[in-house]
Amino acid sequence: MINTKIFEHSAIGRLLLADKAGRYLIAVLLAAMVLVPLCNLIMPEGSFLYVPTYVVVLLGKYLCYALLALALDLIWGYCGILSLGHGAFFALGGYAMGMHLMRQIGERGVYGNAELPDFMVFLNWTELPWYWYGFDNFFFSMFMVALVPAVLAFVFGWLAFRSRVTGVYLSIITQAMTYALLLAFFRNDMGFGGNNGLTDFKDILGFSLQSDVTRCVLFALSALSVVLAYVLCRAIVSSKYGRVLVAIRDAESRTRFMGYRVEHFKLFVFVVSAILAGIAGALYVPQVGIINPGEFGPINSIEIVIWVAIGGRGTLFGAVIGAVAVNYAKTYFTGAFPEVWLFMLGTLFVISTLYLPKGIVGVVTQMRERRAERNATSTPEQGAES
Amino acid sequence: MKHSHVFRMLVLTLSLLFSLQGVQAEQVVLESEADSALLLNQLISASSTSDKINLINLIASSNLSQRSAVLNALQDGQLYYTKSDEKLVYAITHPDGYQITSVISGEDLGVIGNRKVRKISINNELRAVLRGVLAELSLRSDDVAERLKAAKDLIRSPAAEFLPAIERAKAVETSARVLESLNIAAAMVNLNSDQQLLRLDAIESFRGTLDTDAMSILAGMQLKDSDGNYTEKDDLVRESAAAVLTEMRSKAEIYKVIENTFFGLSLGSVLLLTAVGLAITFGVMGVINMAHGEMMMLGAYTTYVIQLLMPNYIDYSIIVAIPAAFLVSGLVGIVIERGIIRHLYGRPLETLLATFGVSLILQQAVRSIFSPLNKSVSAPSWLSGSWEINGALSLTYNRLYIIIFSLVVLLMLVFLLKKTFVGLQMRAVTQNRAMANSMGIRTGWVDALTFGLGSGIAGIAGVALSQLTNVGPNLGQSYIIDSFMVVVFGGVGNLFGTFFAAMSLGVANKFLEPFAGAVLAKIFVLVFIILFIQWRPRGLFALKGRSVED
Repeated sequence: MINTKIFEHSAIGRLLLADKAGRYLIAVLLAAMVLVPLCNLIMPEGSFLYVPTYVVVLLGKYLCYALLALALDLIWGYCGILSLGHGAFFALGGYAMGMHLMRQIGERGVYGNAELPDFMVFLNWTELPWYWYGFDNFFFSMFMVALVPAVLAFVFGWLAFRSRVTGVYLSIITQAMTYALLLAFFRNDMGFGGNNGLTDFKDILGFSLQSDVTRCVLFALSALSVVLAYVLCRAIVSSKYGRVLVAIRDAESRTRFMGYRVEHFKLFVFVVSAILAGIAGALYVPQVGIINPGEFGPINSIEIVIWVAIGGRGTLFGAVIGAVAVNYAKTYFTGAFPEVWLFMLGTLFVISTLYLPKGIVGVVTQMRERRAERNATSTPEQGAES
Repeated sequence: MKHSHVFRMLVLTLSLLFSLQGVQAEQVVLESEADSALLLNQLISASSTSDKINLINLIASSNLSQRSAVLNALQDGQLYYTKSDEKLVYAITHPDGYQITSVISGEDLGVIGNRKVRKISINNELRAVLRGVLAELSLRSDDVAERLKAAKDLIRSPAAEFLPAIERAKAVETSARVLESLNIAAAMVNLNSDQQLLRLDAIESFRGTLDTDAMSILAGMQLKDSDGNYTEKDDLVRESAAAVLTEMRSKAEIYKVIENTFFGLSLGSVLLLTAVGLAITFGVMGVINMAHGEMMMLGAYTTYVIQLLMPNYIDYSIIVAIPAAFLVSGLVGIVIERGIIRHLYGRPLETLLATFGVSLILQQAVRSIFSPLNKSVSAPSWLSGSWEINGALSLTYNRLYIIIFSLVVLLMLVFLLKKTFVGLQMRAVTQNRAMANSMGIRTGWVDALTFGLGSGIAGIAGVALSQLTNVGPNLGQSYIIDSFMVVVFGGVGNLFGTFFAAMSLGVANKFLEPFAGAVLAKIFVLVFIILFIQWRPRGLFALKGRSVED
């Protein structure tokens, strides 16, 4: 009861009051944010409660994926924009972060060049390309993490939504976009490390990326970002603006006829989603230690869609659950039965689209409703008997 | 011994005759094998250079079947004789000495120690003679290809001593292409002479040909050395070379355009083949079939299996593979339609996910059955080689066949859809399902057949792809995006649009490549399609009327 009162005092609180699943999710994430680093840093190795560092990194990776899935669910689940190129925004954010980390290496590279990253020395470049300027500054880089995906999403979305490219067509040109970027980033002349991408990072803001403390902090930041992004997305979809988004999803022409500028609504939510994806990428790169053009692969983008679909589209928390569950299954099965994994994943998609159109979340709600129904029908009977 | 002595006298007499008449005379006819053996064995005993030259000329002008082989071996230093019984042998180095083969009988004599054979030595003078004789021998060969190769070799290494041989060959040459090459070879020789008139004449004779060697020689004349002087001192020669070069280049430019168009059309045909099946499943039925690429992969693997099944008939296995791949992919397609897609009509984004799942399953199935490694499918012999039209333009047969093949597939498909009863039903169902159903068409079966047809055509595309790339589990993925681009660019539901889109994208790609490189060209094409979709959101040839509505 006390809890409820606290919630009522703030806007966010009122938002969460109506969102029970979201409250649980945030509680779990916040608990993980505190407990996982504690169990890694304080517990002695070999203790029952000790969390090994690789698990921390793995969990951090899952949370980055969860953030990415959240970004996609915002546009797909609530606005019907199925982007098959969301991996591109993720990768761009990752590259912006990677460029900063590259500049931080400084003289510790293989060639010991203070100004140029190793791959540029290798290509016999003599000076830094102009678009690398400023990335030695952390805040500028963080700004670019959000700006680059936002600009791409703005230009792309402005063109696409204005000409009313919708549905399947939009999906396919987003796929073309990420494919074109994949090809572009593979080129050495682009100045992003070509095939190998950016790697061999040393530290971030002076903290070694190899140390447990840095890894724990990055994990905590990822968890916090998911929480904040969740709240932001929930705020967007619960607002009046969010209702228009849902209207666009369900009947775009009708919404337009009612006088709403559909393309503006879509564009805004698309850009927000791209920024979230970019942030996810920026958090991902220091944790896994590499960013390469493979992240632009169309298959990666389809996988994001799969996470959301399996978790439950249009629920936000479903996206988070889906991303973590599918990736956990992937880690487990590729380790334990590598042969079976693709069979499993493939069957999972087929079954989930055929029988679970609302994903894991849908199954849980359905079960709960059924139980409630049973209770509702059984109570009067008992009453009649007695 | 006596016999041999008499023969030697004969040889010397004959050769005296030749040296007066030039190298070429009427053929020396050796009537028995013993005579041939005698002549060849002279190589062992001939010691002076002049004797050897005469002997070489004699062998070259004889009707000996092994004359080219012997002379080639002599030039390459592979002609030896055994010390014990003075047998003339071809010798190839071997760890234990030499692997020898009798010249006269062709019999394999096994391996022999280093010290048991002696080489038939030649000097530089003999090498020069041998080069001329061998060139002439190939110029007189009955095989057009060999004559052409000999003429091309002469173009590359012009030397004055070949000129008489070239002139003689020109007199009897029947093939126009060989004759052209011989003319160029003669001109190349003349270009090296010191008479201005001969050189100008030679340059003039390059006009109208497209020989790349001639072009590089002419271009070389325009270069300056480090002191700023032209390497070609004679101004008149240099200027006329520049004039002819410009003309040759502009002509070559035209052929380059033709060649690029041809490459573009062949790339377009590959795109067409891969996209036309999708034009049915995606374009006509509205199903986003992410497993389309895997249908192509299945077709490619079917080709591989057929080839394994009939290893002695590789040339024909591909013909068998076409219907087989159609059936395999088509049946798999029908199973997918009945099992999964049927439940998802009208929900295109869900079919995308489900068929993506199917594609993963198929990939892993192939990986488990055939191993994740690439398989190689060998090309039938009639697909290799090229149709050489002139020096600047040659069209490879596999590209030519793929253009024809893709057009045949497209025409058959159009025929099937427009002129057959099944096609009529398919069109009816896609235009108005409920009405078709009420007219007694079993829409369920028509759906399955249509999807099977699209998948089967993807399988046929896989047969073609097996000839172009490695056959591996990821084969389909590399083509799926291109296929979608083609269908969307052309306009969904329009086979002509697909055809037009495939060809224009293929040609555009090939014309961009020289300026931008292959990867950048592809990026340009993708960006172009993205922008194009903004302008015409329904593709190049959009359907009009009611069926457009979502």
